[in-house]
Amino acid sequence: MSTLSMAAEPVQADTQAQDNVVEVRDITKYYGSDIHALNSINLDFPRGQMTTLLGPSGCGKTTLLKIIAGLLEPTDGQVMVNGKQVTGPGPERAFVFQDFALLPWATVLRNVGFGLELTNKPKAEREAKARHYINEVGLSGFEDKYPHELSGGMRQRVGLARAMAVNADVLLMDEPFSAVDEQTRRKFQEDLLNLLAHEKKSVIFVTHSIEEAVYVSDQIVLLSPRPGRIHSIIRPEISRDSSPEDIRRDKTYLDTIEEIWSDLKKYLE
Amino acid sequence: MDVFGIRIPPVFSLLIWITLWEVAGQMDLAFILPPFSAVVLELFQLIARADFQSAAWLTFQSFVIGMGISIVAGITIGFLMGSSRMANSILGMWVNIFASAPLSSLVPVLMLLFGLGQTTIVVTVVLFSTWIIALDTFAGVNHISPSLSEMGKSFGASRRQLLTKVLFWAALPEILAGIRMGLIRAVKGIVIGQLLVSVVALGRLFRTFSDNFQFEEFWALTIVLFIFALLFSSAIGWLEQKVEYYANTRF
Repeated sequence: MSTLSMAAEPVQADTQAQDNVVEVRDITKYYGSDIHALNSINLDFPRGQMTTLLGPSGCGKTTLLKIIAGLLEPTDGQVMVNGKQVTGPGPERAFVFQDFALLPWATVLRNVGFGLELTNKPKAEREAKARHYINEVGLSGFEDKYPHELSGGMRQRVGLARAMAVNADVLLMDEPFSAVDEQTRRKFQEDLLNLLAHEKKSVIFVTHSIEEAVYVSDQIVLLSPRPGRIHSIIRPEISRDSSPEDIRRDKTYLDTIEEIWSDLKKYLE
Repeated sequence: MDVFGIRIPPVFSLLIWITLWEVAGQMDLAFILPPFSAVVLELFQLIARADFQSAAWLTFQSFVIGMGISIVAGITIGFLMGSSRMANSILGMWVNIFASAPLSSLVPVLMLLFGLGQTTIVVTVVLFSTWIIALDTFAGVNHISPSLSEMGKSFGASRRQLLTKVLFWAALPEILAGIRMGLIRAVKGIVIGQLLVSVVALGRLFRTFSDNFQFEEFWALTIVLFIFALLFSSAIGWLEQKVEYYANTRF
């Protein structure tokens, strides 16, 4: 395990050579004139990896994610996706929402295909794609159900399938499991890792759960609050080949959690 | 309704009133109150009358045209108010004034402006029902979870797509509630307006009947109007129920 401690400095120089799906340059965000949400954030998100933004509330992690998504405009700085600067939402990024954001009047099938519907894909094509991803997230048989007929965990699977169906390079997930219960959450984390293993997606994941961050991430970005800055970047080197039970008992896994916790403790009053 | 533990269907209270009406009518208590049975008999004769049919058709036509205009105008105003702060501050005050103003007093002015024909009836309907539809639509738009429009934007929805595929449907339960309120107001408006103007359509019939002490006809006409309003309102109610499953389960 290697821990690189740095406060608001540019990320290490050797990432120049590395293939980054998203790069964030000098992002600063003010809400109004007095709330300083993010202060000059520089970050690289390696392709094919899962990067987690972790930090106490008020550290601007969701703000940063929404800026990357193009849903919020930064006060200053740029977001590069696949090496090109972006200023709004784009097809190379897909968002998974904390509160699922499903259309309550549409079936699972239509919800999953909604991203494709917006880009005017023919009905047969989008339904075939939607069915494929509904199956991938383990919801086959629920195609014709409405969101209110599903449990919280299932609704988020619909949200995930919708994001996968548009075939974006990078999934942006905003605390996707915070509204589901603990058991569902664990199962979901395991399924997510399995799914990502053969879909080869890059993921930017926001969470406030240290365990979740360490369990799912290749790279953890610890943010400190008021204004949001990069506190440190941690790459937990846990073998993804072991079973979920073994990972959760792994010494490196537990040590990393402890280390992050002692780091974050000082931000709590 | 339960009386002494026995379930009584809601229709029963209606039957009691009808019986009371019939008894009072048979006792000849007041000349304005003929027996219910006489009114019902008159109702069937009235429906068959040519002057009634043309008056009812004219009223109905104006009503439908007026409602169509208010639904489109009301939803548009409501969406404008809900999506732009400036539009809200410009339109909001007027919509609120019109929604609560005693509009019946304006009807004679409308008659002066638009003459004695169908236009006046249509304008009356629009004036009575647009504002409540606008206010309810506005409430519906404000009710939409912000993440739903963020979802649309993040998946590349154009403004038009966002409006027609997400926001309209998300606000639909409130819009339908507004339309139903608007409908009830429009019926009121049409009755009050036609009584005040009483030179066109059903209003003239009302006037003729009450001026000539034809109270069987008068009550029969009232019942026809009640049934008409009830049918319209339950049609919208049925639509509302169809979308209710998601109005109650929005998250």
